Amino acid sequence: MGEGIAGRAAAGTPVAPAAAPSAFGQRWRHLDKSSWVWLLAIAVLLFLVVNPLFRLLLASVQEQDTGAFTLANYAAAYSRSRYVDALVHSLVLGTSSALLCLAFGLPLAWAVSRTDMPGKGLIWISILGTFVIPPYLGAVGWMLLAGPNAGWLNRFAIELTGMQKGPFNIYSMPGLVLVTACYSFPYVFVFTKSALDLVSSEMEDAANILGCGNFKATLSITLPLVLPAILAALILVFLEAIALFGSPALLALPGRFHVVTTQLWQFFEFPPKVGVAAAYAMPLLAITVFLFWLQRRITHRKGYVALTGKGGERRPIKLGGWKWPLLGYCLAVCTLSFFMPMVVICQAALAKAWGRGFRLDNLTFDNLYFTLFENTLTRNATINTFVYAGSAALIAIALALCIAYIVNRQLVGKKLGNVLSFLTMAPFVIPGIVLAIGFYAAYTRPPLLLYGSAWILILAFATRFLPIAYANSNAAIRSINPELEDAVRILGGTRFTAIRRVVAPLLKRSLAGAFILVFIPGTRELSSAIFLSSINTQVLSVLLFDKSDEGNFEMLAAIGVILVLITVVFILIGFRLMGRDFMLRRTAA
Amino acid sequence: MSKLVLRNVSRVFGEFTAVENFNLALEEGELVSLLGPSGCGKTTTLRMIAGFMTPTAGTIELDGQVISSANSSLPPEKRQMSMIFQSYAIWPNMTVAENVGFGLKIRKVKPEEIRRRVAEILDVVQLGALSERYPAELSGGQQQRVALARSIVVKPAVLLLDEPLSNLDANLREEMRFEIRRLHDEFKITTVYVTHDQAEAMVTSDRIAVMNKGRIEQIDAPYALYGRPKTKFVAGFIGRTNFVEGKANGEAVHFGGFSVPAQTLQAEGKLSPDVLVSIRPQSIHLHKQNPGGGNGRCCVQGSVLRRAYLGEYWDYHVTLPGSAQLLRVTARPQEVFDEGQPVWIEIDTAQLTVIS
Repeated sequence: MGEGIAGRAAAGTPVAPAAAPSAFGQRWRHLDKSSWVWLLAIAVLLFLVVNPLFRLLLASVQEQDTGAFTLANYAAAYSRSRYVDALVHSLVLGTSSALLCLAFGLPLAWAVSRTDMPGKGLIWISILGTFVIPPYLGAVGWMLLAGPNAGWLNRFAIELTGMQKGPFNIYSMPGLVLVTACYSFPYVFVFTKSALDLVSSEMEDAANILGCGNFKATLSITLPLVLPAILAALILVFLEAIALFGSPALLALPGRFHVVTTQLWQFFEFPPKVGVAAAYAMPLLAITVFLFWLQRRITHRKGYVALTGKGGERRPIKLGGWKWPLLGYCLAVCTLSFFMPMVVICQAALAKAWGRGFRLDNLTFDNLYFTLFENTLTRNATINTFVYAGSAALIAIALALCIAYIVNRQLVGKKLGNVLSFLTMAPFVIPGIVLAIGFYAAYTRPPLLLYGSAWILILAFATRFLPIAYANSNAAIRSINPELEDAVRILGGTRFTAIRRVVAPLLKRSLAGAFILVFIPGTRELSSAIFLSSINTQVLSVLLFDKSDEGNFEMLAAIGVILVLITVVFILIGFRLMGRDFMLRRTAA
Repeated sequence: MSKLVLRNVSRVFGEFTAVENFNLALEEGELVSLLGPSGCGKTTTLRMIAGFMTPTAGTIELDGQVISSANSSLPPEKRQMSMIFQSYAIWPNMTVAENVGFGLKIRKVKPEEIRRRVAEILDVVQLGALSERYPAELSGGQQQRVALARSIVVKPAVLLLDEPLSNLDANLREEMRFEIRRLHDEFKITTVYVTHDQAEAMVTSDRIAVMNKGRIEQIDAPYALYGRPKTKFVAGFIGRTNFVEGKANGEAVHFGGFSVPAQTLQAEGKLSPDVLVSIRPQSIHLHKQNPGGGNGRCCVQGSVLRRAYLGEYWDYHVTLPGSAQLLRVTARPQEVFDEGQPVWIEIDTAQLTVIS
């Protein structure tokens, strides 16, 4: 048997080499005049994804000045115990905040998806709100709430109990974990809820009819069915937490400890030690790649096919008296993550001095006015934020669309198509901070000197969010029957005519939606911007971070409110274009 | 000179041969359909003619010019053809008039000329009143007519149709068959029509090429194809039939239960000792009394095993004495026989077709 297969393979091989070049040649001829566009797209992809990653690896084994091969960077990166401590801190942060996310997200998802709990709409809106707040802005909110002395919660606690010192300190590992979890648990919520939405009541009924109570059925039937989704979400949350830069920089540095990302940032303080940073970034990259691979394995496992079905009828579980405690818990989570931080941030943004509290005579619009119009620094940063995020979104979508088209119409053959598809999705598993180091390593030296210009930020943003653009473009292209293009061509139109007259008009709407999905994270991106921006190319997120050690919380809050408003406006446009669930839809990772 | 010639065309996907050594020549104004079960390579053949796919061997020639070969292939937009797709491929972002006028616009026809010709063709397909509608506002049949109008209005060198009626419901499909034939009679465009529906092929085509597993089994006019199938596949695929095995023995061929003089069996070349014939259910008649043989008729006694009444006809299964052979017989509604009843089976030997 084995021999037979080997024999057949051997008999097949002489044909393949003869056929392959000529098939490729034919495809080549078929590319017509449009081929240069596809070649250009592939070149841009190499420039944005392959070169920075390659440079990152190269920099980690090169002497910074001479370019000679060395392992000194690795030695330097792991020689000091506090560097290694920072690695451990990152793992602690990732694990604890993932577990806390589970405690936050799981009950909420179950309550909203499967029960008759009241107030689901409110919970839904707060979770959307949590998505809207950039994590570092949440951290600012929590600094106002639980700063060791002046924080609102500490002031209340002192007033209530008369104790000497407030009990809360946000500048600590528990504080960092709480803030991180508050802005990551929506992932657990969305993943779990999407999975729960697919489990039909009939499966629970089947357990009921066999004598299993509601509670037990949920634990023994429903929970195992959604377990892969939960695990996938936990991995995602863990990775988010260890790649996060803003919150740790705002909370851990004053708390006098480091995590990997803040340590990387320190390596970049003048003079930047790019080689050491690159070497130090390797574990982060390795963990991320490994865990994403694991996540794929989990979500793609067979045996959970029940989740792909139509799901049949679904009835909410009647909670009776339990619905009030559950609602209380859900509201408590939303209060921690959304209501409290948002209230104090708005207060600070609209206050003459935030410490004077919620009084009408403390109300002013000066902070916002000053930030938007009078202060040249913040005004320019606002304009830059729009321009960079907008350009990045345009570039990402144009490139993603080209690649999606090439892959789906098999213009370059299946194997090369898979490679292109893989490369386009690759930035998804590269932490923003690592990508930034790669860009820094690749484009700070002639002939490609981009550092200091707006382009390096725009291109880094475009690369960072390329996977979002690709997932959306791919879905859009797939929705178009190739026969619509064939019909143009057989009637005498070229491929370009087909794209211009048929594909583009049909994709208008979904591409506008994709634009928004790239634009929104682009306006708030911090972790890659912090490494690549310079004095003349500041964006709001970087400015907010830079100003955080000045203690001018009114201005920080004002910048934050502007960021949130930008996001809300674009989300509302997205709703009009793509329907209610476009943000919270779980796109396949 | 033939209009469109496919010479030894093959198409291989990896290890799988989709089309093998395909030969076909279409005369100017002829409508030939490619008929076969799904996966037989008919759509692949059509897409090679259109230029969406390149043959791995052989050539395709239009008006004596090679347009496809294994080395080079003229892109579809330069072939002056048009095509009707299975999904119709009506562009949803354009009105009916814009859809139909698109090909003319590409050909840089003057706007007023486009308007005139679009209006003219829309009248032909009875869509004159709907020219400003969008495709989403049309029924399936109307979309089909738009697709027809769009591909005819450019006066293509060759018209290609890929299962154009498979998405329509049964009544509409029957109506559109005649519509397609009517349009062909009116415009005389050289046409290749791909379908898996034999009735569709029989109504529309001048000739039918029956395909199986990437090869042509037989090319003939519909009448000849049904009356004189050359292979077992064709006999079984086009209409229903009975296959009966027999032994040639000198002057006669014996079919367990009845025998037929060898010379009445039309065969190309000599009869082999083992004979397989196809007998259509319509060429067998049942009688209560012996109708008497002779005159190319052969009568045997048998009995009704099963029967089914289908309104338009009776479907009888009859057995022959001393033979396991089961024959299906189609009888008119008034010819009623009970199950188990002995019957006289009359076979018209002129209708027997030797398969091998």
